[in-house]
Amino acid sequence: MAKYEAPDFFDLDSLLTEEERMVRDAVRDWVSDRFMPVVEKAYSEGYFPKDLIPELAELGVLGGNLDYADFPRLGPVAYGLVMQELERGDSGLRSFVSVQGALVMFPIWRYGSDEQKARWLPALHSGEAVGCFGLTEPDHGSDPGGMETKAVRDGDGFVLNGAKMWITNGNMAQVAVVWAKLDGVIHGFVVPTDAPGFTVREQRGKHSLRASVTSELIFQDVRLPASAILPGAKGLGGPLSCLNQARYGIAWGVVGAAMAVYDEVRQYGLTRIQFGKPIASFQLYQAKLVESLTEITKAQLMNLRMGRLKEAGGVTPYHVSMAKRNACHHALEIARTGRDMLGANGVAGEYQTMRHMCNLESVKTYEGTHDIHTLILGRQITGLDAFGAA
Amino acid sequence: MKIIVCVKRVVDTETRVKVAADGRSIDLGGVQFIMAPYDEMAVEKAIQLRDAAGTGSVTVVTVGPAAATKELRTALAMGADDAVHAVVEARMGPNATAEALKQVIDGREYDLILCGKQATDEDDAAVGPLLAAALGLPCVAFVHGLTVDGRTAIAEREVDGETERLDVDLPAVITAQKGLAEARYPGLKGIMAAKKKPLETVACDATGGKTELRSLELPPARAAMVKIEPTAAGMQSLLTALRNDKKVL
Ligand SMILES: Cc1cc2nc3c(=O)[nH]c(=O)nc-3n(C[C@H](O)[C@H](O)[C@H](O)COP(=O)(O)OP(=O)(O)OC[C@H]3O[C@@H](n4cnc5c(N)ncnc54)[C@H](O)[C@@H]3O)c2cc1C
Repeated sequence: MAKYEAPDFFDLDSLLTEEERMVRDAVRDWVSDRFMPVVEKAYSEGYFPKDLIPELAELGVLGGNLDYADFPRLGPVAYGLVMQELERGDSGLRSFVSVQGALVMFPIWRYGSDEQKARWLPALHSGEAVGCFGLTEPDHGSDPGGMETKAVRDGDGFVLNGAKMWITNGNMAQVAVVWAKLDGVIHGFVVPTDAPGFTVREQRGKHSLRASVTSELIFQDVRLPASAILPGAKGLGGPLSCLNQARYGIAWGVVGAAMAVYDEVRQYGLTRIQFGKPIASFQLYQAKLVESLTEITKAQLMNLRMGRLKEAGGVTPYHVSMAKRNACHHALEIARTGRDMLGANGVAGEYQTMRHMCNLESVKTYEGTHDIHTLILGRQITGLDAFGAA
Repeated sequence: MKIIVCVKRVVDTETRVKVAADGRSIDLGGVQFIMAPYDEMAVEKAIQLRDAAGTGSVTVVTVGPAAATKELRTALAMGADDAVHAVVEARMGPNATAEALKQVIDGREYDLILCGKQATDEDDAAVGPLLAAALGLPCVAFVHGLTVDGRTAIAEREVDGETERLDVDLPAVITAQKGLAEARYPGLKGIMAAKKKPLETVACDATGGKTELRSLELPPARAAMVKIEPTAAGMQSLLTALRNDKKVL
């Protein structure tokens, strides 16, 4: 594979601190050296390359932005760049890290007790433990408020019943952050996956995000101690704040995937000869490259601005919604166009574009579909709720 | 164990370089820079020796452009304790570099100086030995194995396919060959910590050059690949080519 040349048309590099560039380059190099050689096999055979977890931990990317113990405490832009570089490798890799950091470590860090933090944060940071986040249910996706998973008080503790679906990392996890209703209000529970009555079943046969584990979680009279509940979270705001962290990372991540596609397609166009010329010399081909690079550049700019706002404490969930929605949409379009530009090679596993394209279908859907983000933004702009609920 | 490691900022070995219009320098447009790979091994080895000793420090030193703080920060992120930067923007030959390094190192305490065996840009492989000579220290170059026992270093290197083992009195200058150590990825924790480590900028006289770069040119383009069919005639032409053109048979 040719050496990756990351597009940076507006020299955003010069707007990064030296530290941010170093963080990005460290992850970029790791992905090139350690992940790229194994991703195609993992994707085609449908597994997450688990043996790389200790290396990811050593690199420091698991919960690397959290202000806890001796964690790296990355700033928002450095954290975003980490996500960009991981997803340049594969959306499955970024998903693993997003779930672990933004959806499992973040709620424990933000809403957990000191005991929960001490028990789980170091283990999740060092990769000794893997976590998953259970919000979506078979019958409740875009509308998580309608969830049916229920906790009831039982003596000092709780009993949990219900099911979650489409749960990333499920089968690899030692711990699940599970959202359930207690007396009709959503609460988070930190549940060890070996708790009696807790079953995890892998959902095989995805045509997307194949280098990522997705599972169903089933709770049948799972007894939990009083210490399992996240004391600081009450209501839908709890899980939504986690999603907001993860969506921030997705907005950066998918730009990485688009950058990988753009680089592959550009290099291909320069070396593939048809009609006696490199195909990149044809106007139609060039127009596609220009369109892709323009959208990548716009999304990079939006991300960087979002990151600086977050640094200053001024980012809102609406900024994040717009960035996630826009970046996913264009990354997927760029990948679809890129697939076409590679001709038959575009469907071969040796090239990465179709893998990214298939992955991005999931990324566009999870953490709020494109249309759900449209509704979120529409409501914010007009003050009128178009979600359809009474 | 106090160790000084000399490192150089070089053009990324995977970059396809272009000669600039002046015919004497590299066109730096879009070029990526890295710490020279053998220097990286030297830094890694120094960190390992310090950690094995349980005490001491690793100081990285560079003589080079202002932008080379990036390479120093990388070494700090890997685990070096502090860095010294003698800022010189112009190209220097090995004599000037060794002379400048001597100025930076004189007056500092150290038990061992490590360098890469050569920087991967000009490939002189001269700075380590020249620095040793300038400081009046013993030097072992192209070392792929190194242990320290009290005031003696045991250095291993390959000579004609055999391993030569040398006892060297410390302080000494050792230059790193492949195999000495495999450089770690600087982790994010290291990168974030590097910002807080001391990086001192010093002046030096870098005019001691005894070579001057006259011109640069790219090697001639490689000849097109020849495809040989797996037939008797093809094998015959392969044999002829190996015997007459390549002269390997
Ligand atoms: C690979 C993968 C991994 C995942 N990982 C996790 C995980 O780790 N944890 C977790 O909790 N979940 C996870 N999810 C679930 C994901 O978040 C949901 O799939 C997503 O929220 C969409 O829900 P749904 O699939 O039920 O679709 P639905 O909500 O049924 O939506 C179907 C379609 O209807 C549209 N729609 C829905 N409501 C409206 C409306 N009001 N107006 C207009 N259009 C509407 C949607 O935009 C969509 O196009 C994952 C999903 C995938 C594919």
